[in-house]
Amino acid sequence: MNWLTNFVRPKIQKFRKPAKEVPDNLWMQCPKCSEMVFHRELEKNLRVCTHCGHHMRMPVRDRLRMLFDNAQWTEIELQPVAVDPLKFKDRKRYAERLKDAQAKTGLLDAVVVGHGAMGGLGAVVAAFEFDFMGGSMGAAVGEALVAAAELALLQEAPLIVIPSSGGARMQEGILSLMQMARTTVAVTKVRERGLPYIVVLTDPTTGGVTASFAMLGDVAIAEPGAVIGFAGARVIEQTIREKLPEGFQRSEYLMQHGMVDMVVPRHELRARLVQLIGLLLHKNPSADVINMPPQRRKRTERDKVGAQPPDPTVPDLDPYESDGETEK
Amino acid sequence: MHFLDFEKPIAELEGKIAELRHLSDSDGVNIAEEVSRLQTRVDKDLRSAYAKLTPWQKTQVARHPDRPHTLDYIKALIDDFMPLAGDRTFAEDAAVVGGLGRFKGRSVMIIGLEKGRDTETRLRHNFGMAKPEGYRKAKRLMELADKFGIPVITLVDTAGAYPGVDAEERGQAEAIARCVETCLDLRVPLISLIIGEGGSGGAIALAAGNVVLMLEHAIYSVISPEGCASILWRDGDQAKTAAEALKLTAQDLERLAVIDGIVAEPLGGAHRAPEAVYSAVRDTIDMHLNQLVRIDGGQLRARRRDKFLQMGRAGLE
Ligand SMILES: [Zn+2]
Repeated sequence: MNWLTNFVRPKIQKFRKPAKEVPDNLWMQCPKCSEMVFHRELEKNLRVCTHCGHHMRMPVRDRLRMLFDNAQWTEIELQPVAVDPLKFKDRKRYAERLKDAQAKTGLLDAVVVGHGAMGGLGAVVAAFEFDFMGGSMGAAVGEALVAAAELALLQEAPLIVIPSSGGARMQEGILSLMQMARTTVAVTKVRERGLPYIVVLTDPTTGGVTASFAMLGDVAIAEPGAVIGFAGARVIEQTIREKLPEGFQRSEYLMQHGMVDMVVPRHELRARLVQLIGLLLHKNPSADVINMPPQRRKRTERDKVGAQPPDPTVPDLDPYESDGETEK
Repeated sequence: MHFLDFEKPIAELEGKIAELRHLSDSDGVNIAEEVSRLQTRVDKDLRSAYAKLTPWQKTQVARHPDRPHTLDYIKALIDDFMPLAGDRTFAEDAAVVGGLGRFKGRSVMIIGLEKGRDTETRLRHNFGMAKPEGYRKAKRLMELADKFGIPVITLVDTAGAYPGVDAEERGQAEAIARCVETCLDLRVPLISLIIGEGGSGGAIALAAGNVVLMLEHAIYSVISPEGCASILWRDGDQAKTAAEALKLTAQDLERLAVIDGIVAEPLGGAHRAPEAVYSAVRDTIDMHLNQLVRIDGGQLRARRRDKFLQMGRAGLE
């Protein structure tokens, strides 16, 4: 491989296959240290640069895979929402943007909700896909969070939300703003039931997402180097007409200013979450919690049930097998 | 008076009227008739202009510098107003004004975002852009009201929460989130009224009410038309187009079932006859308040939460 791989191959790839199926021999350039990283190495390393430790964004199902026991989880089907309620059109129709995002990611919208076992303890996870219109929050994202919260209540399980979002989905206008209140109601119900509500802030978490459910966690965890804030850095720079301080709106900066409890590297995230849930629920997680990404393997019927007690039947949330990623 | 672009012909007519009145003072000859004729035209022009304001024109009316602001409403509607200050953590933020008072004899907590009227007051109130301490103050006042069973009235008029380094450092996002959470937690009636500009998260922080009302020419949006244009159109000059696409007028929001009612403004906008708008606001709030105070606190909270929980569910066209 040489420099050509990075600069020419990816472009060709784009036309041939969706980005997810990049061949194992591709090199990627780290946006932080500019070093070339072998794609397969990067995946194995949970998309953390092997040279500088920079945490790159992670596809949502890779995220779920790294969190649940044996990489097993069940996704729930989400209720339909008002699609394109404003019939919004900027330079392109919102309806088209939605279709493109769906084709690009294989998702219906920007959040996937899964449930399964973590350290043998049941948990519900709602995770964002940044590649779906910047993880922006419209009615479907609101619906996903409401469904995740309802599922957590039904299963009496902790709710873990992992945002990666630029904020509100402008194309849904005021209805996207209303999702701030809507998601707040959803997570409030979880906390009022005495169930843990944990937020893992990943790059980026900004705007209306930060200013609602993302900042309401019982415990707030951030991934290293993630941009987390309300206003965009450019807007702030224009307002104050000064250069922004070093590390502004990064996880470590937020921790210094008392806005998050801990900054946890991705390799330790699963273990830390399991430990936290165990402590909050007065339970002992199973001992085989490992920090490194779990091995991929084909799922069996037994695996679907996993170490967790059978899921209660959820009447209006038709659970279906996670389609995860096909084996390569 | 400050005139908006689309009001220029009206401004000219009113200029003429003023000139004529000046003449009539000195001469007194048959001027009255001409004044009355011109006044009829002004009314007619205003009526037709304001009957079909475009979303972009409404944006300008909503931001009109002469429009009554929060403190004007407090002065007009609240007796025995007792301002309360501070978030008890960091500072007093004058972008958020609030306190106890009597509304038609009843104890209320009134909280609003104040833009300021002239250079001095605009600076004092930071142009209505609150910092975390402002939202934390609002939260504190709402909780105080909740404790004593006092209904809360919120008035919204802001371009948005303040975007600054200090605001971010002190947790602007968290402060807004907690403020929304508190709105949704109250066991007392919460009535919110958008009196001018309802700018994004900084607005909904105070507007997750049992009843959300808007003045006829107020706007309420997830992002300013200018901001939306520069992001989605990559061209700030497309603000007019963005204003239309965003559906940010009171009439649009009522159709989308996001708000519960519209308070009519006098001809030519609230700034032309503030007393008329105070009176309409007083009657509307009173009507809603009389209904809400009869509802049990738990129900008030549950209904408020359910209302927002439904927003965006399928069924809207
Ligand atoms: Zn690197």
